[in-house]
Amino acid sequence: MPALNSPPIIEINGISKSFGAFKVLNDLSFSVAPGEKLALIGPSGSGKTTILRILMTLEGIDGGDIKVDGDDLYKMQRNGKLQPADEAHLHKMREKIGMVFQLFNLFPHKCVLDNVTLAPMLTKGVARKDAERHAMELLEMVGLADKAKSMPSQLSGGQKQRVAIARALALKPKIMLFDEVTSALDPELVEEVLNVLWKLCRETDMTMLLVTHEMGFAHDFADRVLFFDRGRIVEDGKPDEIFRHPKQERTQAFLKKIIAAGHRV
Amino acid sequence: MEWDWAFVIQILPTLFEGVKITILATLLGSIVAAAIGLVIAIVRRSKNRIVSIPMGFVAEFIRGTPLLVQLYFIFYVLPDLGITLSPLVAGVIGLGLHYGTYTAEVYRAGIDNVARGQWEAAKACNLSSIQTWTQIILPQALPPMIPALANYFIAMFKETPLLSAITVLELMNQARSIANYNYRYIEPITLVGAFFLIISLVSVVGLRWLERRYGRID
Repeated sequence: MPALNSPPIIEINGISKSFGAFKVLNDLSFSVAPGEKLALIGPSGSGKTTILRILMTLEGIDGGDIKVDGDDLYKMQRNGKLQPADEAHLHKMREKIGMVFQLFNLFPHKCVLDNVTLAPMLTKGVARKDAERHAMELLEMVGLADKAKSMPSQLSGGQKQRVAIARALALKPKIMLFDEVTSALDPELVEEVLNVLWKLCRETDMTMLLVTHEMGFAHDFADRVLFFDRGRIVEDGKPDEIFRHPKQERTQAFLKKIIAAGHRV
Repeated sequence: MEWDWAFVIQILPTLFEGVKITILATLLGSIVAAAIGLVIAIVRRSKNRIVSIPMGFVAEFIRGTPLLVQLYFIFYVLPDLGITLSPLVAGVIGLGLHYGTYTAEVYRAGIDNVARGQWEAAKACNLSSIQTWTQIILPQALPPMIPALANYFIAMFKETPLLSAITVLELMNQARSIANYNYRYIEPITLVGAFFLIISLVSVVGLRWLERRYGRID
Protein backbone atom coordinates (compact mmCIF):
# COMPACT_ATOMS: atom_id res chain seq x y z
CA MET A 1 0.00 0.00 0.00
CA PRO A 2 1.27 3.48 -0.75
CA ALA A 3 2.52 5.41 2.26
CA LEU A 4 0.36 8.45 1.65
CA ASN A 5 1.32 10.07 4.94
CA SER A 6 5.07 9.96 4.26
CA PRO A 7 6.75 12.72 2.27
CA PRO A 8 6.48 12.07 -1.47
CA ILE A 9 9.26 10.01 -3.10
CA ILE A 10 8.85 11.94 -6.35
CA GLU A 11 7.97 15.62 -6.44
CA ILE A 12 7.65 17.19 -9.85
CA ASN A 13 7.34 20.92 -9.67
CA GLY A 14 6.44 23.05 -12.68
CA ILE A 15 8.63 21.27 -15.21
CA SER A 16 8.59 22.06 -18.89
CA LYS A 17 10.27 20.39 -21.82
CA SER A 18 10.39 21.17 -25.51
CA PHE A 19 11.74 19.27 -28.49
CA GLY A 20 12.51 22.09 -30.89
CA ALA A 21 9.34 24.12 -31.26
CA PHE A 22 7.17 21.32 -29.86
CA LYS A 23 6.32 21.84 -26.20
CA VAL A 24 5.94 18.32 -24.77
CA LEU A 25 5.52 19.25 -21.13
CA ASN A 26 4.11 22.52 -19.95
CA ASP A 27 4.45 23.64 -16.33
CA LEU A 28 3.71 20.14 -15.09
CA SER A 29 3.48 19.29 -11.39
CA PHE A 30 2.55 16.16 -9.47
CA SER A 31 3.94 14.04 -6.70
CA VAL A 32 4.07 10.35 -5.96
CA ALA A 33 3.88 8.72 -2.52
CA PRO A 34 6.38 6.00 -1.59
CA GLY A 35 5.03 2.62 -2.71
CA GLU A 36 2.37 4.17 -4.88
CA LYS A 37 1.48 2.42 -8.15
CA LEU A 38 0.77 5.09 -10.68
CA ALA A 39 -0.61 4.59 -14.19
CA LEU A 40 0.02 7.32 -16.76
CA ILE A 41 -2.43 7.20 -19.64
CA GLY A 42 -3.28 9.45 -22.52
CA PRO A 43 -2.95 9.86 -26.28
CA SER A 44 0.41 9.50 -28.08
CA GLY A 45 2.53 12.62 -27.80
CA SER A 46 0.85 13.69 -24.58
CA GLY A 47 4.17 13.61 -22.72
CA LYS A 48 3.75 10.57 -20.50
CA THR A 49 6.78 8.70 -21.85
CA THR A 50 8.82 11.91 -21.68
CA ILE A 51 8.16 12.11 -17.94
CA LEU A 52 9.64 8.64 -17.44
CA ARG A 53 12.62 9.50 -19.62
CA ILE A 54 13.21 12.67 -17.62
CA LEU A 55 13.06 10.74 -14.35
CA MET A 56 15.62 8.26 -15.76
CA THR A 57 17.79 11.28 -16.79
CA LEU A 58 17.61 10.24 -20.46
CA GLU A 59 16.24 13.70 -21.21
CA GLY A 60 16.92 16.94 -19.35
CA ILE A 61 14.33 19.54 -18.43
CA ASP A 62 14.04 23.13 -19.61
CA GLY A 63 12.53 24.49 -16.40
CA GLY A 64 11.07 23.56 -13.02
CA ASP A 65 12.52 21.04 -10.61
CA ILE A 66 12.22 17.43 -9.61
CA LYS A 67 12.90 15.92 -6.22
CA VAL A 68 13.50 12.19 -5.95
CA ASP A 69 13.69 10.69 -2.48
CA GLY A 70 14.28 14.15 -1.02
CA ASP A 71 17.14 15.19 -3.33
CA ASP A 72 16.96 17.44 -6.34
CA LEU A 73 17.43 15.28 -9.45
CA TYR A 74 19.01 17.79 -11.80
CA LYS A 75 20.62 20.18 -9.33
CA MET A 76 23.08 19.78 -6.51
CA GLN A 77 24.46 21.82 -3.62
CA ARG A 78 27.97 22.99 -4.34
CA ASN A 79 29.76 25.80 -2.55
CA GLY A 80 26.48 26.64 -0.85
CA LYS A 81 24.74 27.19 -4.16
CA LEU A 82 22.31 25.14 -6.22
CA GLN A 83 24.16 24.14 -9.39
CA PRO A 84 23.44 21.86 -12.35
CA ALA A 85 24.05 18.25 -11.32
CA ASP A 86 27.35 16.66 -12.31
CA GLU A 87 27.79 13.06 -13.45
CA ALA A 88 28.53 11.83 -9.90
CA HIS A 89 25.27 13.30 -8.61
CA LEU A 90 23.27 11.81 -11.49
CA HIS A 91 24.96 8.47 -10.86
CA LYS A 92 23.87 8.55 -7.23
CA MET A 93 20.32 9.53 -8.17
CA ARG A 94 19.99 6.84 -10.87
CA GLU A 95 20.69 4.19 -8.23
CA LYS A 96 17.20 4.78 -6.92
CA ILE A 97 15.48 4.37 -10.27
CA GLY A 98 15.07 1.46 -12.67
CA MET A 99 13.46 1.50 -16.09
CA VAL A 100 11.98 -1.05 -18.47
CA PHE A 101 11.69 -0.01 -22.11
CA GLN A 102 9.15 -0.63 -24.82
CA LEU A 103 11.76 -2.33 -27.01
CA PHE A 104 13.42 -4.26 -24.14
CA ASN A 105 16.94 -3.00 -25.02
CA LEU A 106 18.63 -6.13 -23.71
CA PHE A 107 22.37 -6.28 -24.35
CA PRO A 108 22.41 -8.66 -27.36
CA HIS A 109 26.05 -9.72 -26.93
CA LYS A 110 25.52 -10.97 -23.37
CA CYS A 111 23.57 -13.99 -22.18
CA VAL A 112 20.45 -13.58 -20.06
CA LEU A 113 22.32 -14.10 -16.79
CA ASP A 114 25.05 -11.59 -17.71
CA ASN A 115 22.38 -9.04 -18.70
CA VAL A 116 21.05 -9.24 -15.16
CA THR A 117 24.38 -9.40 -13.28
CA LEU A 118 26.25 -6.75 -15.30
CA ALA A 119 24.99 -3.61 -13.60
CA PRO A 120 25.19 -4.81 -9.96
CA MET A 121 28.75 -6.04 -10.53
CA LEU A 122 29.90 -2.90 -12.34
CA THR A 123 28.07 -0.20 -10.44
CA LYS A 124 27.85 -1.64 -6.95
CA GLY A 125 30.87 -3.91 -6.90
CA VAL A 126 28.77 -6.97 -6.05
CA ALA A 127 30.82 -10.19 -6.28
CA ARG A 128 29.96 -12.38 -9.27
CA LYS A 129 28.74 -15.25 -7.06
CA ASP A 130 26.33 -13.01 -5.13
CA ALA A 131 25.20 -11.19 -8.27
CA GLU A 132 24.46 -14.52 -9.97
CA ARG A 133 22.56 -15.86 -6.96
CA HIS A 134 20.39 -12.76 -6.87
CA ALA A 135 19.97 -12.82 -10.65
CA MET A 136 18.78 -16.45 -10.53
CA GLU A 137 16.19 -15.51 -7.90
CA LEU A 138 14.95 -12.72 -10.14
CA LEU A 139 14.89 -14.97 -13.22
CA GLU A 140 12.98 -17.52 -11.15
CA MET A 141 10.51 -14.80 -10.23
CA VAL A 142 9.92 -13.88 -13.90
CA GLY A 143 9.76 -17.59 -14.81
CA LEU A 144 12.95 -17.73 -16.89
CA ALA A 145 15.50 -19.47 -14.67
CA ASP A 146 15.91 -22.14 -17.37
CA LYS A 147 16.94 -19.47 -19.91
CA ALA A 148 19.84 -18.06 -17.88
CA LYS A 149 22.44 -19.20 -20.42
CA SER A 150 20.40 -18.26 -23.51
CA MET A 151 21.26 -15.30 -25.67
CA PRO A 152 18.60 -12.60 -26.05
CA SER A 153 18.22 -13.42 -29.77
CA GLN A 154 16.94 -16.89 -28.77
CA LEU A 155 14.06 -15.46 -26.71
CA SER A 156 10.54 -14.40 -27.64
CA GLY A 157 9.50 -10.79 -27.13
CA GLY A 158 7.65 -11.61 -23.94
CA GLN A 159 10.66 -13.47 -22.56
CA LYS A 160 12.97 -10.60 -23.49
CA GLN A 161 10.76 -8.16 -21.66
CA ARG A 162 10.69 -10.37 -18.56
CA VAL A 163 14.50 -10.51 -18.60
CA ALA A 164 14.55 -6.72 -18.94
CA ILE A 165 12.36 -6.47 -15.84
CA ALA A 166 14.74 -8.78 -13.94
CA ARG A 167 17.69 -6.67 -15.12
CA ALA A 168 16.11 -3.47 -13.82
CA LEU A 169 15.20 -5.12 -10.49
CA ALA A 170 18.76 -6.39 -10.00
CA LEU A 171 19.85 -2.90 -8.93
CA LYS A 172 17.15 -2.89 -6.22
CA PRO A 173 15.68 0.47 -7.18
CA LYS A 174 13.14 2.26 -5.04
CA ILE A 175 11.28 3.45 -8.11
CA MET A 176 10.49 1.44 -11.22
CA LEU A 177 9.48 3.05 -14.50
CA PHE A 178 7.64 0.94 -17.09
CA ASP A 179 7.44 2.58 -20.50
CA GLU A 180 4.76 0.90 -22.63
CA VAL A 181 6.36 -2.43 -21.84
CA THR A 182 3.78 -4.51 -23.71
CA SER A 183 3.26 -2.25 -26.75
CA ALA A 184 5.85 -4.00 -28.91
CA LEU A 185 4.65 -7.51 -28.09
CA ASP A 186 2.50 -9.88 -30.08
CA PRO A 187 -0.93 -10.00 -28.41
CA GLU A 188 -0.49 -13.56 -27.11
CA LEU A 189 2.73 -12.54 -25.29
CA VAL A 190 1.27 -9.55 -23.45
CA GLU A 191 -0.21 -11.54 -20.63
CA GLU A 192 3.01 -13.19 -19.44
CA VAL A 193 4.58 -9.75 -18.99
CA LEU A 194 1.51 -8.29 -17.29
CA ASN A 195 1.53 -11.27 -14.91
CA VAL A 196 5.05 -10.37 -13.82
CA LEU A 197 4.05 -6.73 -13.31
CA TRP A 198 1.05 -7.85 -11.35
CA LYS A 199 3.22 -10.01 -9.11
CA LEU A 200 5.59 -7.07 -8.51
CA CYS A 201 2.66 -4.82 -7.80
CA ARG A 202 1.30 -7.09 -5.09
CA GLU A 203 4.51 -8.39 -3.58
CA THR A 204 6.78 -5.35 -3.37
CA ASP A 205 6.58 -1.91 -1.88
CA MET A 206 8.46 -0.32 -4.75
CA THR A 207 7.05 2.85 -6.23
CA MET A 208 5.98 2.13 -9.78
CA LEU A 209 5.11 4.41 -12.68
CA LEU A 210 3.45 2.64 -15.57
CA VAL A 211 2.88 4.22 -18.96
CA THR A 212 0.47 1.97 -20.78
CA HIS A 213 -2.29 1.59 -23.30
CA GLU A 214 -3.59 -1.52 -21.52
CA MET A 215 -6.51 0.20 -19.79
CA GLY A 216 -7.86 -2.94 -18.14
CA PHE A 217 -4.51 -3.66 -16.59
CA ALA A 218 -3.98 -0.04 -15.56
CA HIS A 219 -7.31 -0.15 -13.79
CA ASP A 220 -6.38 -3.22 -11.73
CA PHE A 221 -2.73 -2.30 -11.21
CA ALA A 222 -2.82 1.32 -10.21
CA ASP A 223 -3.61 3.06 -6.94
CA ARG A 224 -3.95 6.23 -8.95
CA VAL A 225 -4.29 7.18 -12.59
CA LEU A 226 -3.09 10.34 -14.32
CA PHE A 227 -4.66 11.19 -17.64
CA PHE A 228 -2.37 13.31 -19.82
CA ASP A 229 -3.14 15.41 -22.82
CA ARG A 230 -0.80 17.85 -24.57
CA GLY A 231 1.76 17.91 -21.79
CA ARG A 232 -0.69 18.57 -19.00
CA ILE A 233 -2.52 16.44 -16.45
CA VAL A 234 -6.17 16.63 -17.38
CA GLU A 235 -7.44 14.30 -14.70
CA ASP A 236 -5.92 12.72 -11.61
CA GLY A 237 -7.79 10.17 -9.53
CA LYS A 238 -8.49 6.63 -8.40
CA PRO A 239 -8.79 4.08 -11.25
CA ASP A 240 -12.54 3.74 -10.73
CA GLU A 241 -13.06 7.49 -10.92
CA ILE A 242 -11.01 7.87 -14.10
CA PHE A 243 -12.21 4.79 -15.94
CA ARG A 244 -15.85 4.57 -14.79
CA HIS A 245 -16.74 8.20 -14.10
CA PRO A 246 -14.32 10.49 -15.93
CA LYS A 247 -15.16 14.11 -15.19
CA GLN A 248 -13.32 15.76 -18.05
CA GLU A 249 -14.64 15.70 -21.58
CA ARG A 250 -11.20 14.95 -22.99
CA THR A 251 -10.81 11.89 -20.74
CA GLN A 252 -14.23 10.67 -21.80
CA ALA A 253 -13.41 11.14 -25.48
CA PHE A 254 -10.07 9.35 -25.10
CA LEU A 255 -11.55 6.38 -23.27
CA LYS A 256 -14.34 6.12 -25.80
CA LYS A 257 -11.80 5.99 -28.62
CA ILE A 258 -9.77 3.33 -26.81
CA ILE A 259 -12.86 1.21 -26.21
CA ALA A 260 -13.87 1.59 -29.85
CA ALA A 261 -10.41 0.31 -30.78
CA GLY A 262 -11.16 -2.89 -28.88
CA HIS A 263 -9.39 -2.47 -25.56
CA ARG A 264 -11.31 -3.61 -22.53
CA VAL A 265 -11.72 -1.27 -19.59
CA MET B 1 67.40 -7.34 -71.07
CA GLU B 2 67.26 -10.85 -69.77
CA TRP B 3 65.93 -12.28 -66.53
CA ASP B 4 68.89 -13.51 -64.42
CA TRP B 5 67.95 -16.15 -61.83
CA ALA B 6 71.41 -16.13 -60.28
CA PHE B 7 71.00 -12.40 -59.59
CA VAL B 8 67.57 -13.07 -58.09
CA ILE B 9 69.01 -15.57 -55.65
CA GLN B 10 71.85 -13.22 -54.82
CA ILE B 11 69.55 -10.29 -53.92
CA LEU B 12 66.81 -12.27 -52.14
CA PRO B 13 68.34 -12.03 -48.65
CA THR B 14 68.63 -8.24 -48.92
CA LEU B 15 65.07 -7.94 -50.23
CA PHE B 16 63.90 -10.14 -47.38
CA GLU B 17 65.31 -7.59 -44.92
CA GLY B 18 63.09 -5.05 -46.63
CA VAL B 19 60.09 -7.38 -46.45
CA LYS B 20 60.49 -7.57 -42.69
CA ILE B 21 60.47 -3.78 -42.35
CA THR B 22 57.49 -3.47 -44.71
CA ILE B 23 55.48 -5.94 -42.66
CA LEU B 24 56.59 -4.38 -39.39
CA ALA B 25 55.61 -0.89 -40.60
CA THR B 26 52.22 -2.19 -41.74
CA LEU B 27 51.50 -3.96 -38.45
CA LEU B 28 52.59 -1.03 -36.29
CA GLY B 29 50.84 1.43 -38.60
CA SER B 30 47.64 -0.62 -38.36
CA ILE B 31 47.76 -0.63 -34.58
CA VAL B 32 48.35 3.14 -34.47
CA ALA B 33 45.62 3.75 -37.09
CA ALA B 34 43.15 1.55 -35.16
CA ALA B 35 43.87 3.40 -31.92
CA ILE B 36 43.91 6.91 -33.40
CA GLY B 37 40.76 6.21 -35.41
CA LEU B 38 38.93 5.16 -32.26
CA VAL B 39 40.05 8.29 -30.40
CA ILE B 40 39.02 10.54 -33.30
CA ALA B 41 35.64 8.82 -33.60
CA ILE B 42 34.89 9.08 -29.88
CA VAL B 43 36.08 12.68 -29.53
CA ARG B 44 34.09 13.74 -32.62
CA ARG B 45 30.97 12.30 -30.98
CA SER B 46 31.52 14.37 -27.85
CA LYS B 47 28.73 16.79 -26.97
CA ASN B 48 31.46 19.22 -25.93
CA ARG B 49 31.94 21.27 -29.09
CA ILE B 50 35.20 22.74 -27.85
CA VAL B 51 36.82 19.36 -28.46
CA SER B 52 34.62 17.80 -31.14
CA ILE B 53 34.83 20.61 -33.71
CA PRO B 54 38.64 21.05 -33.67
CA MET B 55 39.02 17.26 -33.85
CA GLY B 56 36.79 17.20 -36.90
CA PHE B 57 38.88 19.94 -38.48
CA VAL B 58 42.16 18.13 -37.78
CA ALA B 59 40.80 14.85 -39.18
CA GLU B 60 39.58 16.53 -42.39
CA PHE B 61 42.90 18.34 -42.73
CA ILE B 62 44.91 15.12 -42.46
CA ARG B 63 42.61 13.27 -44.84
CA GLY B 64 42.69 16.14 -47.30
CA THR B 65 46.49 16.25 -47.66
CA PRO B 66 48.74 13.61 -49.28
CA LEU B 67 50.42 11.00 -47.13
CA LEU B 68 53.76 11.73 -48.82
CA VAL B 69 53.61 15.39 -47.77
CA GLN B 70 52.78 14.36 -44.21
CA LEU B 71 55.70 11.93 -44.12
CA TYR B 72 58.08 14.67 -45.29
CA PHE B 73 56.66 16.99 -42.68
CA ILE B 74 57.04 14.51 -39.83
CA PHE B 75 60.53 13.41 -40.81
CA TYR B 76 62.13 16.55 -42.25
CA VAL B 77 60.22 19.50 -40.74
CA LEU B 78 59.58 18.36 -37.16
CA PRO B 79 63.34 18.26 -36.38
CA ASP B 80 63.32 22.06 -36.91
CA LEU B 81 60.88 22.18 -33.99
CA GLY B 82 63.15 19.98 -31.92
CA ILE B 83 61.33 16.70 -32.55
CA THR B 84 63.64 14.21 -34.22
CA LEU B 85 62.24 10.79 -35.03
CA SER B 86 63.86 7.71 -36.51
CA PRO B 87 62.68 6.95 -40.06
CA LEU B 88 60.60 3.94 -39.04
CA VAL B 89 58.94 5.74 -36.11
CA ALA B 90 58.15 8.73 -38.32
CA GLY B 91 56.78 6.39 -40.97
CA VAL B 92 54.59 4.48 -38.54
CA ILE B 93 53.23 7.72 -37.08
CA GLY B 94 52.56 9.04 -40.59
CA LEU B 95 50.76 5.88 -41.72
CA GLY B 96 48.88 5.62 -38.45
CA LEU B 97 47.72 9.25 -38.45
CA HIS B 98 46.73 9.25 -42.09
CA TYR B 99 44.85 5.98 -42.01
CA GLY B 100 43.49 6.77 -38.55
CA THR B 101 41.36 9.48 -40.15
CA TYR B 102 39.89 6.82 -42.44
CA THR B 103 39.39 4.19 -39.77
CA ALA B 104 37.66 6.89 -37.70
CA GLU B 105 34.89 6.92 -40.32
CA VAL B 106 34.61 3.13 -40.04
CA TYR B 107 34.31 3.41 -36.27
CA ARG B 108 31.76 6.21 -36.63
CA ALA B 109 29.56 4.07 -38.88
CA GLY B 110 29.94 1.07 -36.58
CA ILE B 111 29.12 3.09 -33.47
CA ASP B 112 26.14 4.76 -35.15
CA ASN B 113 24.87 1.27 -35.98
CA VAL B 114 24.45 0.44 -32.31
CA ALA B 115 20.81 1.12 -31.44
CA ARG B 116 20.05 4.22 -29.37
CA GLY B 117 18.22 1.97 -26.93
CA GLN B 118 21.56 0.39 -25.96
CA TRP B 119 22.86 3.76 -24.74
CA GLU B 120 19.65 4.32 -22.84
CA ALA B 121 19.66 0.85 -21.29
CA ALA B 122 23.28 1.41 -20.21
CA LYS B 123 22.25 4.65 -18.55
CA ALA B 124 19.23 3.04 -16.90
CA CYS B 125 21.66 0.38 -15.60
CA ASN B 126 23.66 3.31 -14.18
CA LEU B 127 26.85 2.38 -16.05
CA SER B 128 29.53 5.05 -16.23
CA SER B 129 30.45 6.42 -19.61
CA ILE B 130 33.64 4.31 -19.75
CA GLN B 131 31.69 1.17 -18.79
CA THR B 132 29.09 1.99 -21.43
CA TRP B 133 31.78 2.23 -24.12
CA THR B 134 33.79 -0.82 -23.09
CA GLN B 135 30.99 -3.16 -22.02
CA ILE B 136 28.06 -2.22 -24.22
CA ILE B 137 28.86 -0.10 -27.27
CA LEU B 138 32.26 -1.24 -28.55
CA PRO B 139 31.65 -5.00 -28.14
CA GLN B 140 28.64 -4.57 -30.43
CA ALA B 141 30.16 -2.01 -32.78
CA LEU B 142 33.57 -3.61 -33.39
CA PRO B 143 32.88 -7.06 -34.92
CA PRO B 144 30.88 -5.75 -37.90
CA MET B 145 33.59 -3.18 -38.69
CA ILE B 146 36.48 -5.66 -38.74
CA PRO B 147 36.26 -6.34 -42.50
CA ALA B 148 36.20 -2.61 -43.32
CA LEU B 149 39.17 -1.97 -41.01
CA ALA B 150 41.10 -4.85 -42.56
CA ASN B 151 40.42 -3.34 -45.97
CA TYR B 152 42.16 -0.11 -44.93
CA PHE B 153 45.08 -2.04 -43.47
CA ILE B 154 45.58 -3.79 -46.82
CA ALA B 155 45.45 -0.41 -48.56
CA MET B 156 48.00 0.91 -46.06
CA PHE B 157 50.25 -2.06 -46.76
CA LYS B 158 50.35 -1.13 -50.43
CA GLU B 159 51.25 2.47 -49.52
CA THR B 160 54.32 1.48 -47.48
CA PRO B 161 56.71 2.07 -50.44
CA LEU B 162 56.10 5.78 -49.75
CA LEU B 163 58.20 5.29 -46.61
CA SER B 164 61.24 4.92 -48.85
CA ALA B 165 60.96 8.70 -49.34
CA ILE B 166 61.93 9.20 -45.72
CA THR B 167 64.77 6.66 -45.87
CA VAL B 168 62.97 3.74 -44.23
CA LEU B 169 64.72 0.62 -45.51
CA GLU B 170 61.55 -1.18 -46.43
CA LEU B 171 61.22 -3.46 -49.44
CA MET B 172 60.99 -0.76 -52.12
CA ASN B 173 63.96 1.12 -50.77
CA GLN B 174 66.09 -2.05 -50.61
CA ALA B 175 65.08 -2.96 -54.14
CA ARG B 176 65.91 0.52 -55.40
CA SER B 177 69.32 0.58 -53.80
CA ILE B 178 70.11 -2.89 -55.22
CA ALA B 179 68.96 -1.69 -58.63
CA ASN B 180 70.93 1.55 -58.48
CA TYR B 181 74.05 -0.29 -57.34
CA ASN B 182 73.90 -3.04 -59.99
CA TYR B 183 72.24 -1.09 -62.80
CA ARG B 184 69.67 -3.92 -63.02
CA TYR B 185 66.07 -2.94 -62.41
CA ILE B 186 64.00 -5.75 -63.83
CA GLU B 187 64.60 -8.41 -61.16
CA PRO B 188 64.39 -6.31 -57.95
CA ILE B 189 61.40 -4.23 -59.04
CA THR B 190 59.54 -7.25 -60.44
CA LEU B 191 60.14 -9.10 -57.18
CA VAL B 192 58.74 -6.14 -55.24
CA GLY B 193 55.61 -6.15 -57.39
CA ALA B 194 55.25 -9.92 -57.09
CA PHE B 195 55.64 -9.77 -53.33
CA PHE B 196 52.93 -7.11 -52.95
CA LEU B 197 50.66 -9.04 -55.31
CA ILE B 198 51.02 -12.29 -53.39
CA ILE B 199 50.41 -10.68 -49.98
CA SER B 200 47.44 -8.72 -51.35
CA LEU B 201 45.85 -11.85 -52.85
CA VAL B 202 46.33 -13.74 -49.59
CA SER B 203 44.88 -10.75 -47.72
CA VAL B 204 41.79 -10.70 -49.94
CA VAL B 205 41.14 -14.35 -49.10
CA GLY B 206 41.57 -13.48 -45.42
CA LEU B 207 39.25 -10.51 -45.83
CA ARG B 208 36.50 -12.65 -47.37
CA TRP B 209 36.83 -14.96 -44.39
CA LEU B 210 36.56 -12.03 -41.97
CA GLU B 211 33.46 -10.80 -43.80
CA ARG B 212 31.83 -14.21 -43.44
CA ARG B 213 32.87 -14.43 -39.81
CA TYR B 214 32.02 -10.91 -38.61
CA GLY B 215 30.11 -9.24 -41.42
CA ARG B 216 26.72 -9.74 -39.81
CA ILE B 217 25.13 -8.28 -36.72
CA ASP B 218 22.69 -10.55 -34.94
